[in-house]
Amino acid sequence: MEQSKLPQTPSQTIGPYFAYGLTAVQYGYGFSSVIDNIIANEAPEKDIIYVTGNIYDGNGKVIHDAMIELWQADAKGAYVKNYEQELLFKGLGRYGTGTDGQQRFVFKTIMPGMVQGQAPHINVTLFMRGSLHVLYTRFYFEGDPANENDPLLLSVEPQRRTTLVAVKTNNTEQQEYCFNIYMQGENETVFFDL
Amino acid sequence: MDDMITNVQPPYLYPEYKSTVLRSPTKPLLIIKENLKNIQLPVFGESVIGKYDSDLTKNARKDHDPIGERIKVSGKVMDEYGKPLRNVLVEIWQANAAGRYIHKEEIHDAPLDPNFLGAGRMLTDNDGRYTFYSIKPGAYPWGNHYNAWRPNHIHFSVMGHQLTHRLVTQMYFPGDPLFEFDPIYQSVPLHARHLMVAKFRMDWTEPEFALAYEFNIVLKGKCQSIFE
Repeated sequence: MEQSKLPQTPSQTIGPYFAYGLTAVQYGYGFSSVIDNIIANEAPEKDIIYVTGNIYDGNGKVIHDAMIELWQADAKGAYVKNYEQELLFKGLGRYGTGTDGQQRFVFKTIMPGMVQGQAPHINVTLFMRGSLHVLYTRFYFEGDPANENDPLLLSVEPQRRTTLVAVKTNNTEQQEYCFNIYMQGENETVFFDL
Repeated sequence: MDDMITNVQPPYLYPEYKSTVLRSPTKPLLIIKENLKNIQLPVFGESVIGKYDSDLTKNARKDHDPIGERIKVSGKVMDEYGKPLRNVLVEIWQANAAGRYIHKEEIHDAPLDPNFLGAGRMLTDNDGRYTFYSIKPGAYPWGNHYNAWRPNHIHFSVMGHQLTHRLVTQMYFPGDPLFEFDPIYQSVPLHARHLMVAKFRMDWTEPEFALAYEFNIVLKGKCQSIFE
């Protein structure tokens, strides 16, 4: 017999004022931060990638009060099991879109490896004023041949797959990928029901 | 019956809460297969928590205690089968006793408290329990509609051990007269709203010191804990 379930705690919006609690160091408040935008530290320079992007509302306006978290495997496709402050590869990052001049999110990390037959990807959780739920999505990397056979990507209708692919930018100083997120509209990002 | 229990979540689009109109997905969400969503989140170690992180009456204290009604907020974090989840990262933030957030873009005409930041964090213990000391937050006005005030609330961010264990919510206080005017609270189905309201616990109060509230948190899914 199946055990009876407890009702989940309902979700509520993160609201506009999360910064001094969840991303205090980034925003310059007098509190520490557990998670920041350095997912991988001290990797060889050639392995470092930067991931940036804007988040757009239904009018195409950039959202400057969102909080985004990235969660990814390491270069060998393994997830971090225990998180401590001093890890060189933390596998987890968090950033608010309110401090960058272009209201982007910016993360420093390394390219993840294949995870159980899935193409290299980074998991995304997204929160903002006006969203009553956590939003889940993930992004893959432009030009990776493994994308062709990725089971999750193949389950998305073909014309929407590009919404889950980060694009290599023409930044010559560093390896940089851009993953823009569209809440609504023609390019609405595919969000997940987990 | 089953629907009554499982359907506790607000919709994405709730027009009475105006900011949802341009910030909610319009297309159906992609259903993720079981084998692709079973992603473990890391288990946080003690190094992420500082000594006074869970005591908001002390963690920004400069020369006096913060002004307001001292409270203790405690509860258990569990999966849907009642299993306590340990080493879950619980982060909170809130307004001060006057209803003022310290956030730089907040313009509500109420005083800041130089001895109060309003943010804290801790990890749940082996029984899934967390306990914070804080000051009861005040109500604050917001621009959603004419004379809109949020009920007193504490924001919670909870990170468990798998991707489905990621919850951001708000804890309310029992009997708040603003419930019936607040679209964020009301976005949750009627039968489930009580799940966001803390219980007053006389037996947990500390004489001559603090009132106490219980707020338990149930995260989605069954824990595939690496502790097992």
